[in-house]
Amino acid sequence: MTDKRERHILITGFGGQGIVMAGDILGKAATLYDHKHATMTQNYGPESRGGACSSQVIISSEEILFPCVEEPEILICMSQEAYMKNVKSLRPEGTLIWDTDLVHTRKADMHHKTFHIPATRFAEQLGTKMMANIVMLGFLSAVEHLVHAETLKKAVLDSVPVATKENNIHAFNTGREYGTSIIKGLVKPEPGKHQD
Amino acid sequence: MVAKEVLTGTHFMNGDEACCEGALSAGCRFFAGYPITPATEIAESMSRRLPQLGGIFIQMEDEIASMAAILGASWGGVKSMTSTSGPGFSLMMENIGLGICTETPCVVCNVQRAGPSTGLPTSVGQGDVMQARWGSHGHYEIIVLAPASPQQMFDMTIRAFNLSEYYRLPVLILADEVVGHMNERVIIPREDEIEIINRRKPSVAREDYLPYEADTDGIAPMANCGDGYRIHVTGLTHDDRGYPAMNAAAQEQMIARLVDKIRNNREKIISTKNLYLDDAEIVVVSYGISARSAMQAVRNARDEGIKAGLIVLETIWPFPEELIRSVAPGAKAMIMAEINGGQLVLELERCACGACPVSLVSNFGGAIIHPNLILNAISKAAKGSI
Amino acid sequence: MTTSKAVKNVPPHPMDSLLRTERIPHIWCPGCGIGTVFSAVISAIKNTGWDPNSIAMVSGIGCTGRMAGYIRLDSFHTTHGRAIPFATGLKLARPQTKVVVVSGDGDLFAIGGNHFIHAARRNMDMTVICVNNLNYGMTGGQQAPSTPLGAKTTTSVNGAPEEPFNFSYLASACGATYVARWTAMQVRSLRSSISEALEKRGFSFVEVITPCPSSFGRRNRMGSALEMLKFYQGRSVIRGDIDPKDASMDIDKEIVVGKFVDIERPTFLDHYEKFNHPQMPQWRSLHADSQKAR
Repeated sequence: MTDKRERHILITGFGGQGIVMAGDILGKAATLYDHKHATMTQNYGPESRGGACSSQVIISSEEILFPCVEEPEILICMSQEAYMKNVKSLRPEGTLIWDTDLVHTRKADMHHKTFHIPATRFAEQLGTKMMANIVMLGFLSAVEHLVHAETLKKAVLDSVPVATKENNIHAFNTGREYGTSIIKGLVKPEPGKHQD
Repeated sequence: MVAKEVLTGTHFMNGDEACCEGALSAGCRFFAGYPITPATEIAESMSRRLPQLGGIFIQMEDEIASMAAILGASWGGVKSMTSTSGPGFSLMMENIGLGICTETPCVVCNVQRAGPSTGLPTSVGQGDVMQARWGSHGHYEIIVLAPASPQQMFDMTIRAFNLSEYYRLPVLILADEVVGHMNERVIIPREDEIEIINRRKPSVAREDYLPYEADTDGIAPMANCGDGYRIHVTGLTHDDRGYPAMNAAAQEQMIARLVDKIRNNREKIISTKNLYLDDAEIVVVSYGISARSAMQAVRNARDEGIKAGLIVLETIWPFPEELIRSVAPGAKAMIMAEINGGQLVLELERCACGACPVSLVSNFGGAIIHPNLILNAISKAAKGSI
Repeated sequence: MTTSKAVKNVPPHPMDSLLRTERIPHIWCPGCGIGTVFSAVISAIKNTGWDPNSIAMVSGIGCTGRMAGYIRLDSFHTTHGRAIPFATGLKLARPQTKVVVVSGDGDLFAIGGNHFIHAARRNMDMTVICVNNLNYGMTGGQQAPSTPLGAKTTTSVNGAPEEPFNFSYLASACGATYVARWTAMQVRSLRSSISEALEKRGFSFVEVITPCPSSFGRRNRMGSALEMLKFYQGRSVIRGDIDPKDASMDIDKEIVVGKFVDIERPTFLDHYEKFNHPQMPQWRSLHADSQKAR
């Protein structure tokens, strides 16, 4: 890619979902394997588990100075609270991605480009909901081109415990295949849940 | 598998981890600390890495003990450091003074958060700038570095050790929550590409050794505990022998040397990154995370046709007095950007000495300064309405 | 004043090799008990036969804190209350050095109390000698955590309203591997306890009840230094192997003296090495001489 534009991604949810890890993996893929610049900053409260949590990732072909994501072009929501809090910040032309089961969207927000995946459910089916973040990353790699899918997969492998590598790659592929099918129109996404 | 001392290669790591790796690359083998956000990751990294390298990590009962322990370890001949944030930094102050007075090499990294008191533990601040300068009682000079990225956390931690070993004093790293917690690319060079400075050892016999007799550059060679010199080290005012000397003349002599060894070498110590200073009319001065916003603002101002320039303070103390004095008369205005109510701006004003107006862009902590705020200040100053 | 070296035809004192003779005369008051403890420490060190370059003394602030300035060893006079954490860093950086901490009751147990209990809990390998003179001597005789209830000091002119600590009991409760208490009059026992403490692996503690005639004695009408020494000795009861909690420290009734604790327990470094050994290939070679010098 020769795109010099900074790509601003905001990944949100609650503590314990691997939100920061997802941002870390994305940044790793961009810097270590795609040889771009990336910053990943995090916002969190005093809680280790359950509190609102977000990771802000910027990817660019040039040096990044201001590392804050104020108006993301991609917003990933893995909790209702995160969705309500952050959806207003999404750029009009931006992409809204959420976990089908965890977020009830508002019709007013559906003017964005939207994608959703039951990432947590898929992860549970694969053995542990701990991998929902990896399913989501796989999905992201299919619906938005930020980094190469292969490099993202490499970064996943770098970041997870040895014993779980195989499972995590499976989770990543599950998310990616689901996303690819939706993009290609091979499957119709499950109906999303609206709150209004 | 033998663990590596220097993790040569490209990494995507946060500033706290980079600080740890910088310390290990510099030869640090002792860490004493106490958990505190947002510096905890330094201690955690150290606790994982030091045992791999035959070093010691110890979690002390508080930050007072941590600071005392790293001084003890340094006299034991091992490069040592601790890390903390505001509340712990306050507790370390007395023993930082002991380190200054006894000329003990060691490194303290303060990952600043917003204060005072418990403040905003998980949010950014730069309010410890004056505390770093003057926080321990009495008069002294200090060296303080201000990293603006994880890469600089790595590089400057090595430099901090080198400066502390050479000049024999605690060297402070004033990082901040964003730099500490932000992940970014960190390139760790090969071991043989890293310059390491070790403390100068005495070359004379025990009978002839005066522990505080300085060489011509103002620095006294240092015998470690166990080297056979049977040194005496005290926080009392002391003479060349290291013995207490309770009078004004001894105080004058000792403090003059502590002050001069830094002042007289300030050109070698001070480090700034200067951008567009040649024709700059509006000069922004900043450090740490704020310097990134400032650089963005200066570039944007240039895009708008404003002759803006930037001085990034990589060392905060000693303050680059001569540089400011030489730049100020040619500038229409100078602007300090920092996350506190205006601390280093006072030093900037002092050094600009009325040669140009000086203004401040700041907040009290909790958030990074937005580049647009600095850009607005630059635009205003360019129009002459500072 | 002359130094001992300057006096002609006087044979050197047997302790001179471990004294910074050029710093004599010392600052301690006539009759102060610190000198007794200091000479006991020096002779105990001499008795060990260790290389003096392998022993370090660390002190805090106060009258006893000045001991480090008179002994010809690597010696560190640190900040008030922080001798133990300083010594902790020194010991861990140089496990082959024997570290001796000397300080007063106020330094070790008021401002430095937290460090004391944690070093004992960790079983940090060091010997701590507390000169307990029941008040802050250097600043003119203020109330300390050792001051007996009702005793007069400059900050308790009508009598101290606080009950004191029992340091030896506290040390044993925190995990010290060796605990002994003597009065300054019981020099031979004191010297042998210090010797044992020095030889002990782990956190060893010796408490010495000493007269402070200039302050505590004067304000509490205890007479001369000699009278104080005799008074403390008279109150003392030797009770070896007593449960430390019963080792009463009450100058009005009974000062129980003797050796209260002498146990074996792995030190911090023992545990650190054990838990980290698989990861520490260089550890053995780095600290190969760790016990040799002793």
